[in-house]
Amino acid sequence: MVVLAEESRPAYDRVALSSYVGEASEDDLALADDGFHADSLVELHLDDPAVAVDRDRRVVTTRKGRSVAYDELVLATGSVPFVPPVPGRDLDGVFVYRTLDDLDGLREAAEQATVGAGAGRRSGVVVGGGLLGLEAANALRRLGLSPHVVEMAPRLMPVQVDEPGGALLARLVSELGLRIHTGVSTSSIARDHRGGLTVTLSDGLELDASVVVFSAGIRPADGLAREVGLEVGERGGVLVDERCRTADEHVWAIGEVAAVRGRTYGLVAPGYAMAEVVAGRLAGDDAEGRFTEADMSTKLKLLGVDVASFGDAHASTPGALEVRLDDPVAGTYSKLVVSDDAQTLLGGVLVGDAANYETLRGFLGEKLPGDPMSLIAPAGDGAVGVGIDALPDGAQICSCNAVTKGALVHAITSGEAATVPQLKACTRAGTTCGSCVPTLGKVLASCGVEVSKALCEHFSQSRAELYEIVMATGLTTFSDILTEYGTGRGCDVCKPAVASMLATLAGGHVLDGEQATLQDTNDHFLANMQRNGTYSVVPRLPGGEVTGDGLIAIGEVARDFGLYTKITGGQRIDMFGARLDDLPAIWRRLVDAGFESGHAYGKALRTVKSCVGTDWCRYGVQDSVGLAVALELRYRGLRSPHKLKSGVSGCARECAEARSKDFGIIATETGWNLYVGGNGGFTPRHAELLASDLDTATLVRTIDRFLMFYVRTADRLQRTAPWIESLDGGIEHLHAVVMEDSLGICASLDAQMARHVRSYADEWAAVLDDDDKLARFTSFVNAPGTPDPTIEFVDHHGHRVPAGMKDGQPTDLGALGFDTSVPIAGPTIPVGAPA
Amino acid sequence: MTAQADVRLHPAGTTAGAEAKDPRPDPGVPTTPEPADGWTPICPLERLQRERGVGALVGGEPVAVFRTHDDALYALHNVDPFSGASVLSRGIVGDLAGTPVVASPLFKQHFALDTGTAVEDPTVTVATYPVRVVDGTVEVGGA
Ligand SMILES: Cc1cc2nc3c(=O)[nH]c(=O)nc-3n(C[C@H](O)[C@H](O)[C@H](O)COP(=O)(O)OP(=O)(O)OC[C@H]3O[C@@H](n4cnc5c(N)ncnc54)[C@H](O)[C@@H]3O)c2cc1C
Ligand code: SF4
Ligand code: FES
Repeated sequence: MVVLAEESRPAYDRVALSSYVGEASEDDLALADDGFHADSLVELHLDDPAVAVDRDRRVVTTRKGRSVAYDELVLATGSVPFVPPVPGRDLDGVFVYRTLDDLDGLREAAEQATVGAGAGRRSGVVVGGGLLGLEAANALRRLGLSPHVVEMAPRLMPVQVDEPGGALLARLVSELGLRIHTGVSTSSIARDHRGGLTVTLSDGLELDASVVVFSAGIRPADGLAREVGLEVGERGGVLVDERCRTADEHVWAIGEVAAVRGRTYGLVAPGYAMAEVVAGRLAGDDAEGRFTEADMSTKLKLLGVDVASFGDAHASTPGALEVRLDDPVAGTYSKLVVSDDAQTLLGGVLVGDAANYETLRGFLGEKLPGDPMSLIAPAGDGAVGVGIDALPDGAQICSCNAVTKGALVHAITSGEAATVPQLKACTRAGTTCGSCVPTLGKVLASCGVEVSKALCEHFSQSRAELYEIVMATGLTTFSDILTEYGTGRGCDVCKPAVASMLATLAGGHVLDGEQATLQDTNDHFLANMQRNGTYSVVPRLPGGEVTGDGLIAIGEVARDFGLYTKITGGQRIDMFGARLDDLPAIWRRLVDAGFESGHAYGKALRTVKSCVGTDWCRYGVQDSVGLAVALELRYRGLRSPHKLKSGVSGCARECAEARSKDFGIIATETGWNLYVGGNGGFTPRHAELLASDLDTATLVRTIDRFLMFYVRTADRLQRTAPWIESLDGGIEHLHAVVMEDSLGICASLDAQMARHVRSYADEWAAVLDDDDKLARFTSFVNAPGTPDPTIEFVDHHGHRVPAGMKDGQPTDLGALGFDTSVPIAGPTIPVGAPA
Repeated sequence: MTAQADVRLHPAGTTAGAEAKDPRPDPGVPTTPEPADGWTPICPLERLQRERGVGALVGGEPVAVFRTHDDALYALHNVDPFSGASVLSRGIVGDLAGTPVVASPLFKQHFALDTGTAVEDPTVTVATYPVRVVDGTVEVGGA
């Protein structure tokens, strides 16, 4: 089998294309696994499209001049985006939205637009307000641009939704920052004097834009077929019968390029179904397969606004009745289309809340389990709702991959799958557009498989639930919480988790009373345990600033206590190898020199890294160091579900790497852009834009709320990125909570943060003033001052490190060409216990 | 609290020799065991916080002494066999399925306080020691 591909990469998941501007990489989108590439029967030629077909000799010629003879030829050339003949459509900065290459270009242009002197918030224009146009607009938003959407029809998504649904949709997406222009077309695009683009609309409005994206529909890529005299449909597409065969018995067409009995399909599921029909026929295992009809249900993904449309959404079936429920206050619109006897579901439109989409879609063409109105009425209004249980086995849960409820239930009851990821792996449901994933969870639940959220064996609640409980009851000790809401005695999972909750709710020193027993060793001794049982010490250097005197003080401490010293990635200094018994003396010296705890040991705010900004840098547009110091001092000591890191860059060049932080701030000409959910580590993530061009007060208020909302609702050891992902509605939901107070909790979040800021006190200074707490810092209670005999150090290229490499051997620097007779840095530190 | 309620004795066989306690090839620990019936005073009972441990030196060996919520006392060799570091006294105390345990602060394996057996790998055991309270002073024996 020979596969000729025009694109330079192997087949990828176009449906998930938009995730490529976010977290997904090219590899994540790959469709074929390694087995495909290793298969000796498959020959793949990338970047070499077919340019001619000789149907008589049965030979295909490629652009690179390759000739490939065939027995059977399958055309699967898809579609090309339709670009209306607008003057200026060929200018640089004008894109379509179809391939990974398109997105690479778009990303680069957006980056150029947001960098560069005088970068404020730049705009982008999307021509076309359909499903893809809205996805493209969301992509622009994620790339840091403000999107305009221009739609010729009087409403957005005209194919899928009706007039009232479209009106509500426009309102909801406007609230997300999209600017919508309906009922107008694009007259021209021109280069402006500053190098940007000006888009003129048919009503005379002029929009400034850094990029323009055309998403005005697609046309089947049927050029090749036309050239060789194969018949095409009225609106394009290679004409095929239900077997997907053209008039030439050796030529087939599938996917978007195929016009099955004259009709083309712009969705992935019908394409897969056609592929199966042809594969069955060519391989001979199903000579009877036919492509008859397709589920054209669609759901808008990614934008965070629920829109779904399925079946006969426009009630074009003769006699069809429409049942509508329009609630402008709640921001929801639902419509069901039913047969004339109101018994059978024919289609529907859901805007604002599409939670019932998958279940309702399962009833398409089926007898409804109740009065149609009761199915869309809000819960608690005498509504019956539609449960998974009511669905027939044949109901399709995943339309992308044609997986029925029956198939899922079988996978679960046969023991093949007990979790959503396992269901995805063994049935392929949920692996394409992802809109059915929530329903997969419901199917699992309806089969009695529960996904445990329990914190540990002592608490059946999740961390967020327990936090709610502690907040509501005002309980202040672990014992009371355990007695009332848990079982057993607790463990190393729930104890530190509750200690962290109590720290943000009840306050007080982390080593007060029973609290001390809950802490992990790092919090217990306010230092980070290293592999040989010694500790490392990190004083806070807000914003990474340090004076010469400060450096000398740190240097003297390191020298006098024999500590190994290293500069951290968070712009501080870490001193390793401190014995438990020495920690108080070390901190006495540091506190006297004006330092305080850096909380490197806690699940708490670590550092706010910064670049030098307007203080020194010629490109700086804001005082990044000043902001970093202020933020670090504001949030120091805040206990959280996991460590928190931050960064502030003084301009879009981003020297502080703020976007790799849990909350990162990048200066703009007029304020600050706030990004959230970044991290390095095992699964590196770039932070996403939460809000732009904020003044400093609004910025700080927004971060306050973001952090407190995270502290309250995240799981134990869940960094901000997976937490945001786990929120129903993702970052849009977060935006609504912290910017628009959609949950009505902002006053409480603000007050809680104000209390934290007010009550902050240096944990180390407090220990030094408290003899009881100081007494803990001994290796041996019956021999205070005796060093632990098991702790030994050795010299490693001039530095003092623990004896005994755990895994592997020290790097042999001699082998790397270094002269090991000379210490690499600094004088050799005497090895052994400090004097 | 009364002294007799606090006494907790372990079968003699569970206190293995120093070599078995320290899994590192060369522990570098001075081993100066006291007579088998010797008891080493550790600290006043009040010094032990409930559900937490302290470190002590018993016959030159680092030992972790724990007091649980019910005022039972336990002693384990302080070296965590998984990391080779002398740290078990600094772990979090709690229970797993009803068994009192301490979690190693380094790689979080749990050790049963009464037998010294690792919950995650029952083939690994740390030595245990008898503990008693005499006139309000905690004592560890068997070193
Ligand atoms: C952003 C976006 C979001 C989408 N979201 C959804 C969704 O949520 N749900 C859904 O059902 N569908 C969605 N779709 C549509 C879905 O991606 C398509 O229906 C599907 O990819 C069609 O598959 P295909 O194989 O027919 O064509 P394509 O995926 O377009 O593949 C055709 C390939 O053939 C190549 N080609 C063209 N001409 C030649 C030639 N002469 N020689 C060699 N190679 C050639 C092309 O370069 C292309 O790589 C979305 C599409 C986009 C762009
Ligand atoms: S140092 Fe800061 S202000 Fe200067 S270019 Fe880098 S990010 Fe911009
Ligand atoms: S419906 Fe698209 S992946 Fe299941």
